Order: sequence, then C-alpha cells, then structure tokens
Amino acid sequence: MNLQPLTSRRGRKAAVLALAAATSLSIGLSGCSGGSSSSSGGGGGGKATITYGVWDVTQAPVMKQLAAEFHKQNPNITVQVQVTPWDSYWTKLKTSATGGSAPDTFWMNDANFEQYASGGAIKDLQPMVAKSDIKMSNYVQAQAKAYTYKGDVYGIPKDVDSIALWYNKKLFKEAGVKPPTSSWTGDDLIAAAQKLTNTAKGVYGIAAQNTGQQSFYVTIPQEGGYVISPDQTKSGLDSPQAIKGIQYWTDMINKYHVSPTLQAQTDTAPDNMFESGKIAMIYEGSWAAAEFAGVPYTKANADVADLPLLAQPGGVSNGLANVMSAKTQHPDQAWKWLEFLGSKHAADVQAKTGIVIPAYNGTAQEWATESPVSKLYNLQPFADELKVATAYPSSQNTSAWADAIVTELNKAYTGDETAAQAAKNAAAIMNKALAAEKH
Amino acid sequence: MSSPVTAAEPAAVPPLPRPDLRARRRSSKGLRRGDVIWGYLLIAPTAIGLLGLSIWPAIQTFWFSFTTWGSFGGHTFSGLDNYMQVVKDPELGRSLLNTFIYTGMTLISIPLAIALAALLNRKGLRGVGVYRTLYFLPVVTLPAAISLVWKLLYNGDFGPVNALLGLVGIPGTSWLSNSHTAIYAIGIVSIWSSVGYNMVLFLAGMQSIPAEYYEAASIDGASKFRQFLRITVPLITPTTFFVAVITVINSLQAFDLVYLMVGPTSPALQSAETVVYLFYEKGIIQSQGGYAAAIAFVLLVLILIITLFQFRVQKRWVHYA
Repeated sequence: MNLQPLTSRRGRKAAVLALAAATSLSIGLSGCSGGSSSSSGGGGGGKATITYGVWDVTQAPVMKQLAAEFHKQNPNITVQVQVTPWDSYWTKLKTSATGGSAPDTFWMNDANFEQYASGGAIKDLQPMVAKSDIKMSNYVQAQAKAYTYKGDVYGIPKDVDSIALWYNKKLFKEAGVKPPTSSWTGDDLIAAAQKLTNTAKGVYGIAAQNTGQQSFYVTIPQEGGYVISPDQTKSGLDSPQAIKGIQYWTDMINKYHVSPTLQAQTDTAPDNMFESGKIAMIYEGSWAAAEFAGVPYTKANADVADLPLLAQPGGVSNGLANVMSAKTQHPDQAWKWLEFLGSKHAADVQAKTGIVIPAYNGTAQEWATESPVSKLYNLQPFADELKVATAYPSSQNTSAWADAIVTELNKAYTGDETAAQAAKNAAAIMNKALAAEKH
Repeated sequence: MSSPVTAAEPAAVPPLPRPDLRARRRSSKGLRRGDVIWGYLLIAPTAIGLLGLSIWPAIQTFWFSFTTWGSFGGHTFSGLDNYMQVVKDPELGRSLLNTFIYTGMTLISIPLAIALAALLNRKGLRGVGVYRTLYFLPVVTLPAAISLVWKLLYNGDFGPVNALLGLVGIPGTSWLSNSHTAIYAIGIVSIWSSVGYNMVLFLAGMQSIPAEYYEAASIDGASKFRQFLRITVPLITPTTFFVAVITVINSLQAFDLVYLMVGPTSPALQSAETVVYLFYEKGIIQSQGGYAAAIAFVLLVLILIITLFQFRVQKRWVHYA
C-alpha cells in the first residue's frame, strides 16, 4: 500500500495510468536473492565458505554443531548454516535457484525432489558417489531410491519420519478410558474419542487434520488405496479405498463430532490444541517429539501408541536429503561437506539429540531407545511404522496438485460435500496436473 | 488562494487567477544546456529505478504471458495458450469477485476518513495530535503485525471479537476460516488500516479551504453540518478523486492480508483469494510462470479500464477550485 502524491492535473492523469501499469505488472516475477557462496582463496582446494540452507529452527543448533566439527577437520572450509522458516523455504529456494543464487548445499524433501532434479537445479552426485566411501545401501532403502533420478543419485538421505498416534495420558485417565493398544482398530479409536469428547470443557477426542501427511496420506494406504499411482501418472484419490481413507477423517467431524471443526483447527493449530489439553489424540510425526518435549504440559502428559489398524498395515514416510546446487562455485568443498553429513558419525550425532530419525540404517533404533526424548515417550511405534510406511506421494511437480487437493478435500471436512464428491474433484485436478508434467 | 469574498456573495467560488502560460514556456525554453544535464542527473536515480524495477519487469511480464515455463526459468513460446486458459479458469472469476468485494469494502474507508478528518479539523479541539497519531498508526505498522493481531482478534475459540459479540448474545464464528465471512473480515482490516492515511490527505485538503467561505456561510446562518455538505465536501473533491483512484488501484492488487491471514490450506481460501493471490499460487507455488503472467496482464487491463472510467466521470463531480 504505497501511495505517492501526484501534483499537476495533467501530470496526475498520466502518472496514475503509469502507476497502474507499473505496479500491477511488477508484482513479483522478478527474483529475490538467496545466499550465495563467497570465496577468499579461489581454486578447487583453497579456502571456501559454503552455505547450507535448512528450514528447521529446532535442528539448526545441531546443524551448526556439525558445521563447526566439519570446519575443525577441514580448516579451509567454513560452512554457514542459513535457516529459512518452512513457510517460505520453498518459495525462496525456487526463486534463488532460478536466479542462480541458491545455497551451495541445502535440504531437499521427497515432494520437491523430482522437480529440482529434472529441472537441473541440483547436481548429479553419481560421479562423486562412485569415487567416495558413501554407499547408498547404508541408508533406508525407500529414501535411497527416492533420491535417485534416472538411475543417478542426486541426494544423500539425511533423515526420515513416520506418523504414530500421540495421546494425552491425563485426559484418558480423567475420562476413565484405557490407553490405546497395538490391537486398536479404527472403531476403537472412535469409541474412545467419543468418551473423551467433552464439549462443555471444549475438549475433543481427536483432531481430524486436513494436512495430508497427518491424515489421509496415512489412512489411504491403510485402507489399501494409494494417493498417486506407482508410475506417478494417475491419482488414486477417487478409488473406493481412498474415499474410505478420507471419510475416516471427515466422519470424525461431521458424523461423530469428536473433532474440532476444520475452521477451528485453522484458527488454532491442532498441535497447539494438543499442547494445551484441548484434544486427547492426534496423528502426528516423529519430528513432533522434540516440540512436545519442549512444552511442559505435553512433556508430562503425552505419549505415543501404534496407529489403529484399518484394512492393512501402512502409512506414509517422508525423508530429507542433502543436495548440492547445480550452480555452486565450490563443488569439491560442497561434496566434502555432504560426505561428512552422510557419515555414520553425523547420523549418530543427530540420533542422540532425538530431534529426527537419521536415514542411516540402524540409527532409528538408537533414536527410539537412546535419545533424550525416548526417556519421555515410547518412540517404538515410529520405528515400527517406518518398516511398513510407503513413500511420500510425489511427482515431478508435486506442488501443482498438493495444495489444490487439500482445497478440494476441505469441502468434505467442512461437510459441504461428501467425501466421495470431494475425492472425485480432487482426483480430477490432480490428474490434470499430472498430465501436464513432461517426463 | 486568498481572493477576497464579500459578504454579498456567500459561498461563491472565486475565479482563479489564470497562470501566464507564455511566461512559463519562455522560461523552460530558456534553459541552458548545463541546466538540462543537471536536470536529467537529478531525476536519474528515480528514473533508473523505475525503468529497472517497474517498467522493464512489466515488459518482461507481458512477454512471459505468451510463454510456458519450466520449473527453473526456461520458457518456450506458446502463443495465446495462457489467455485461452485464463478465459476458461473458474478460479479467476471467483478471485475477481473476491477482489471486487474487497475493493468495495475498502472504498468505505473514504467517507469514514472524510468524517474523521472533519471532526479532527474543528477549531479548538484538544489533543488533536493524539487523535491524528492514533488514526495514523495502522499506516506505519507492518502488514504482518497487523495480520497477526487481527488473526487473534478474529479467532473462533478465544478471540475478543466473539467475546464482545457474546456479551450482546450474538453467536460468533471462526471469522477468517469460515468461507462465508472471510473476505468481509479481511475487508474490515483493510478499511481499518487505510482510513488513517486517507484521513491525513483529507485533512490537508480541508485546511487549504479558505476560512472566508465558512465565515460568509456563518453570517448567512448556515449550520455547521450544512457548511460541511456545501463547502467542505465539494472543495475536497480533488482529494477525494485522488484517494479513490489510488484506493481502487491498491485494492485490486490486494495480496498481503489474504496471504497472511488465510493461507493455502484454509477451508476459506477459495472464497477469500484475490486475483494477485491466484497469481502467487499459479506463478510461485505451482510453477506456472507464464500463466501467472497472463493473469497479471488481465489484471493490468482491468485496472486501466477502471482507472480510465474514473477519469471520465470525474468531470461530473470533481470541482477544481
């Protein structure tokens, strides 16, 4: 809202028209700058500063600790950790990658990987992997595969996540409900949620979230369906199994009334409701352990159980990888840093902090039993869930449909449409976006 | 403007002294070369900034609207494809409607600003500075901060808005995530945040009205309210026109409040997204830069048409004293 005073009458007319033209067209196709690297010595083996783009504030201290350790081993290379909050991470990364100023190394996730690999924004690491000690077989197989594009490795898996059922021990006790067990079915969950719901106190049994990963991305495979076909060409949202997986959630709001409405969840984030004892259960990720441990109420009252059984075991797992910008000025130094991050040692450091589950084979168990958060919560469900979970639904341009299907499915959550109607519309939008991808 | 008004001609607008056009032309022709160069040097910083940051991107955007984008910048010419898609896109119609509702609501800030300015322009009012500062505060506050605070005010569970409505027995709602109320809730924030700036402009306009008009009207027995309607309102129409044009241009480009207060996964998104939000969604989130450029160009044409229309009809209601 910037207004400029304009003076003379004729000048005003011309100026207003020019202003209208200029401002409305320059609303933002031109890029903003990210952090590029700077070098003081130049050359392949000289002194260099490498940037490392990450989005998680909770993990930033660990990343900085690793960077400091790496600098000690390689005094010529300084790593600068740049934190951009999740909400703007991808927007900023894409603009800076387009403008050639992306960080030298940065975090990548399953959903965005193919776009960056196929678009030539990240470096093909295959030649470097071939020459180094890095073995892709050392990492969780689903993730090692997820970061391979046309047979070449483009990303070194960093960590993985999975979803389990978080619940509030105190609310269960107060309502006289037995804690969830590993033999719970979907019906058991609803029955417990009904007993836990106390609208007079503003307490609900569960939050039926609309963010895919904490809701229908989990239940669709559990009902035997899929969000995207394995060859990434077709949406599976309109299959009867998928509709069941979606209706699981919409029924909680509109049929059983055991979840806050979607509007209420938009006003107050479900995580915050859980942290303040307003909801008794929530499907939430392994990454939330550190967050919940940081809040006194959930530190004392939360715990984790296995996901209730639906038609078959299943779930969703997303994973991060470290990648290198295709336009980095220091590929050799950047690779050294990625190698360091891919080592068993770096995985151990991360496992012990308990913030994330490293993608290095075997460290998940270490995280579940030895990290500080494992002293607070039963983390085994996450480690078990990793074994049955399917990869995060993604395609070449995941963002062309990921938010759009949420917008459509929202109409089933608010009760304006049936789950079947909303799923059909969402599938149509997704299929259109998938058809537009060039393989 | 200090022509004498006799008591016999109350409220008559005195003729302006005509500027001597010949004199002005002579002086501009008489500039020396050095002066001309200095002149260009002095406007250079602004001109270069405008060319590089506004005009050139605008030209590029026009070109981009005929192309299809790859994920990271590469683009291929695709003729009128984007425009064909724009015509068929139901989202554009929806976002245009939302944008017009928002613009219509923001225009309410103009009569409000005039009323406030008139109240603050009274002689002998105590604490004028305090009031002016209070009303102007939203203008110097970051939109992000404004959005954050209003989001809390509008919260369906513990928001003060619902608490106040509850006192008089009106049941509230989740104002920003209810698809029936979201765009109006945002419109109210827009009114609130633009009224202060407009008020300052109107105050300036009012203070340039010669006191003699009011004196003459008082002598003739016109009430304060009649003076406001017959003298103040007509004589600030140039300001009103300017404010209206700028408000419309700015409101048609509304983005920040929707982005900050609604967001991509809200159930109210479709009934609150504006044209520029759609541009952001297509161009930035979904990587369809070419299509987004076409949307921006459609918006440009729309703004030009509406602005031209405003200039056409101004002759009927704007009085340049």
